[in-house]
Amino acid sequence: MLVVACVKQVPDTTQVKIDPETGTLIREGVPFIINPFDTHALEECLRLKDEYGFRVAAISMGPPNTEVTLRKTLALGVDRAILLSDRVFGGADTLATSMVIAEAVKRLAQEEEVAMVICGKQTIDGDTAQVGPGIASRCGYSQLTLVDQIKSVDVDARKMVVRRKLEGRYEIVEAALPAVLTVVREINRPRYPTVPMRLKAEEAEVVLWDNKVMQLDETAIGLKGSPTQVRRIFSPERVKGEILGDGMNEPGEAARLLVDTLVSKDIVSP
Amino acid sequence: MNPVSDMGAAGFLIFWGLTALAAGIFIVRGYQLVQYIYLGRNVGESKLTLGTIIGAIWHLILQQCQFKNVRRKDWSGLGHSFMVWGFLCFVIYYFLFIVIASGFGIAETMENNAFYVIWCWVTDIIAPFIVIGVIWAVIRRYIGKPARLKGQLTWEAIFILMTVIIHPITHVGKIATQIAAGHAPAGLGLATPPISTAVSNMYAGLTSLEASHAFWFWSHWVFVLLVLAIIGYTRYLHVVAAIINDVLQPKTKNMVERIDLKDRATFGVSRVDGFSRKQLLDVYACVVCGYCQENCPANLTDKPLNPLLIISDIKTNLMTNGPALLKKQSPSLGLIGDGGEGTISEDAIWACTTCGACMEVCPVYIEHIPKIVDMRRELVQVQAKFPEELLNLFENTEQRSNPWGIAPSDRDKWAANIDAQPFEEGKTEYLFYVGCAGAFDSRERQVSLAIARVLDAAGISWGILGRDEACCGDSLRRLGNEYVYDQLVKQNLATFKERGVKKIITECPHCYTTLKNDYRQYGAELEVIHHTELINRLLTEGRLKLNGTGGDLGNVVFHDSCYLGRHNDIYEAPRQALAAATGRAPIEMERHHNRAFCCGAGGGRMWMEESTGKRINIVRVEEALEKDPETICVCCPYCMVMFEDGLKDMDADDRVKVLDLAEIVAARLK
Ligand SMILES: Cc1cc2nc3c(=O)[nH]c(=O)nc-3n(C[C@H](O)[C@H](O)[C@@H](O)COP(=O)(O)OP(=O)(O)OC[C@H]3O[C@@H](n4cnc5c(N)ncnc54)[C@H](O)[C@@H]3O)c2cc1C
Ligand code: SF4
Ligand code: SF4
Repeated sequence: MLVVACVKQVPDTTQVKIDPETGTLIREGVPFIINPFDTHALEECLRLKDEYGFRVAAISMGPPNTEVTLRKTLALGVDRAILLSDRVFGGADTLATSMVIAEAVKRLAQEEEVAMVICGKQTIDGDTAQVGPGIASRCGYSQLTLVDQIKSVDVDARKMVVRRKLEGRYEIVEAALPAVLTVVREINRPRYPTVPMRLKAEEAEVVLWDNKVMQLDETAIGLKGSPTQVRRIFSPERVKGEILGDGMNEPGEAARLLVDTLVSKDIVSP
Repeated sequence: MNPVSDMGAAGFLIFWGLTALAAGIFIVRGYQLVQYIYLGRNVGESKLTLGTIIGAIWHLILQQCQFKNVRRKDWSGLGHSFMVWGFLCFVIYYFLFIVIASGFGIAETMENNAFYVIWCWVTDIIAPFIVIGVIWAVIRRYIGKPARLKGQLTWEAIFILMTVIIHPITHVGKIATQIAAGHAPAGLGLATPPISTAVSNMYAGLTSLEASHAFWFWSHWVFVLLVLAIIGYTRYLHVVAAIINDVLQPKTKNMVERIDLKDRATFGVSRVDGFSRKQLLDVYACVVCGYCQENCPANLTDKPLNPLLIISDIKTNLMTNGPALLKKQSPSLGLIGDGGEGTISEDAIWACTTCGACMEVCPVYIEHIPKIVDMRRELVQVQAKFPEELLNLFENTEQRSNPWGIAPSDRDKWAANIDAQPFEEGKTEYLFYVGCAGAFDSRERQVSLAIARVLDAAGISWGILGRDEACCGDSLRRLGNEYVYDQLVKQNLATFKERGVKKIITECPHCYTTLKNDYRQYGAELEVIHHTELINRLLTEGRLKLNGTGGDLGNVVFHDSCYLGRHNDIYEAPRQALAAATGRAPIEMERHHNRAFCCGAGGGRMWMEESTGKRINIVRVEEALEKDPETICVCCPYCMVMFEDGLKDMDADDRVKVLDLAEIVAARLK
């Protein structure tokens, strides 16, 4: 059986700068990383592999340089890495993205039974948290979002139990396999690649599935298949506050001033 | 007078039979031990030259290994030297006057001459020194019980001392009976050696002189042969191994091996045969003197690491697994294990600060750090098993080339308010390699600014690389993450080449040692200078003018950074500069110079929790506070953090400041 990790390559946000003139993100020269939540999705797949002997596939949709990211997943122990890349996939919103990924999952399922698809909770660039649920509904799989623990997997009965981490409470849910999970960071601690695995990954193949392979209707994917379009990205203007006191030399006085101001502006109550 | 020939053919048979037996045991065991060494990896860097061999013999004769430690008021080295000098004189006697003279039945020819008398004098004079040496050792060991010998007062140790003392005694007995019988050295018209002569008086008039002589002769020779036979089985082995170890000692201090990142066999050491041959030779050389354990900050603060045990456990492991490994079978005893005899625990491996104190004091040039790093490499690179805290460090450094994972574009932020030029070949002479702490740590940024001010004041032409500077890789390398270290080295060297960097000033001693020594393994030939060295040079050359103001620092205590001191032998430059800046020599802590106690942050320990035992930085801060300082002067960003944290923990941060030498100097610029 196969578990599928969905990983997205995102710009390293700590290194993204805003162009002061245009207010847009400067993406040039910014290195790419695996979306942090997806490292946990991947790790959970690898743990399932260790525990139940599942095979693991990693898939990612993105430009050709996404191969680098997929190679990193190979170094961590993924059995096959699939890159969904084609000009016609470009400019996709969450609808079109989950469409292509869901079709890829279905293709994989024709070769090998899929037990689970594991996604991150959300990405750090798009931030929509919709792709996972989108894949679940398109594939007709169970949908388990915000999972922070896989409690059990019963392969024979095709069932699993997970814990969902919600605002102020947990939920224990049982679901039928196959299932799509989106996971939160608390679920695990990602492993570190060993050098032998890194070397193996350097030689391993990242399989490209473009639209010649996928054969999808071009009006349902990419820019054409996307009802949503991003118009502009900018960062809100931040107004610098006034300096109240000298915290360096008179910390006590400064703290008192701060509290007084906060109280007077009704931000905290005395 | 030859007890061998006196017994006729039987005498020769017994003499040569016993000698051959002992030599046979020595050779067979020696062959086995050499075979075990050859189980190790051949790293192909034999440093055997006539010069190194002569050097090693010279070290032996001078007993340099012992006097290395005498400076720290441990006089046991003197006793050892007496034994060695005595032993060397005796070996000559054995060869000439026992093996050749008695063994071939030509005693009369060999002994009836002036040289024999002279040599009897030599051994006669040296004999009491050996006895004194042994008695001194027994008193030191069993009455003084020094901490360094904790756990080492074994039967083996006392047995060995007994075999040492028996030689001069039986020898004097032998010569005394010869003199009593009127045989050489007596009867040649020359003065006979005093002690033997005195003892010979006890034999005056005795009729069974022949028998007494035979007794001394045979008991003497049997003990000599006994020692020969047990060399390979006891710590006597160091006699041979230490000399070879001396010959093969690495040129650069404390250097770890550069590995081939395509050859799996070198990724890390998980079995004893994964060590290089030199590393295995090391374990034979150990004399269990305990100097290393007595100086190890991890051991002294109750961590599960003891450098002596690292060596003896590797030896036990080699001896246990040797036979199987020779037959190409798998080892039965794991190397990295629960820390039981012959195994080394992961906790021990991670506890090392790579301070180099163990290697500094080891009389027989054993390299502890490379072995620990070899095993860390196994844990990190092959097993991906390491303390959790290191995951962030590894990923941040790989992804953003600094330990905190801060955006590389922030690397020049520290210099936002000063006029720092980008390094440009031809325009700027020195690269000021700020290092990660100097660029990102808010406290250490003050030091970077101070260095910049000093450089400007002296008219030095300098520039920075800003975001193009990557972490030097020190922590990664010491932690065993050679793979990512290798990437950083290549990245930095490519930048240096592209930008034409040849001369580098470093703020951090770790960057210093890495760029200067470690990068040399990549063929880099950089002129690297630490800021304290440079400041001292500028002061002596008169290029920096200081005035008396800058505030009174009160008592200033100086702390040696391990990577400046022990790793690079820079002890005086910062002290001289400090004295020039403050008008008086800094106050020394109890342990200083090459005996200085680590701050606890080296070897990647900076990034790990320290939950077992007492904290190393607290121990060092306590030591500093004993001197009632108002200021502690450091030269390293790690020491800065460790001292400031330690002072805070001890509620002493309001009365004691920690300052980098550069800050002290910058505040006194004219
Ligand atoms: C700044 C920005 C704003 C955007 N705003 C919108 C918007 O408002 N509406 C809209 O429809 N689109 C939007 N998009 C486009 C959209 O976010 C992406 O194109 C879409 O591919 C994925 O959505 P997401 O990044 O929000 O992923 P999320 O839905 O947050 O991702 C959840 C998980 O799905 C998986 N996943 C997501 N994308 C991929 C992929 N390409 N390959 C493999 N696995 C993946 C990962 O496991 C991920 O953790 C935006 C894009 C950006 C960069
Ligand atoms: S390098 Fe320092 S910490 Fe490590 S074993 Fe040696 S003395 Fe101990
Ligand atoms: S390793 Fe060196 S210092 Fe330590 S006990 Fe052995 S010989 Fe002595």
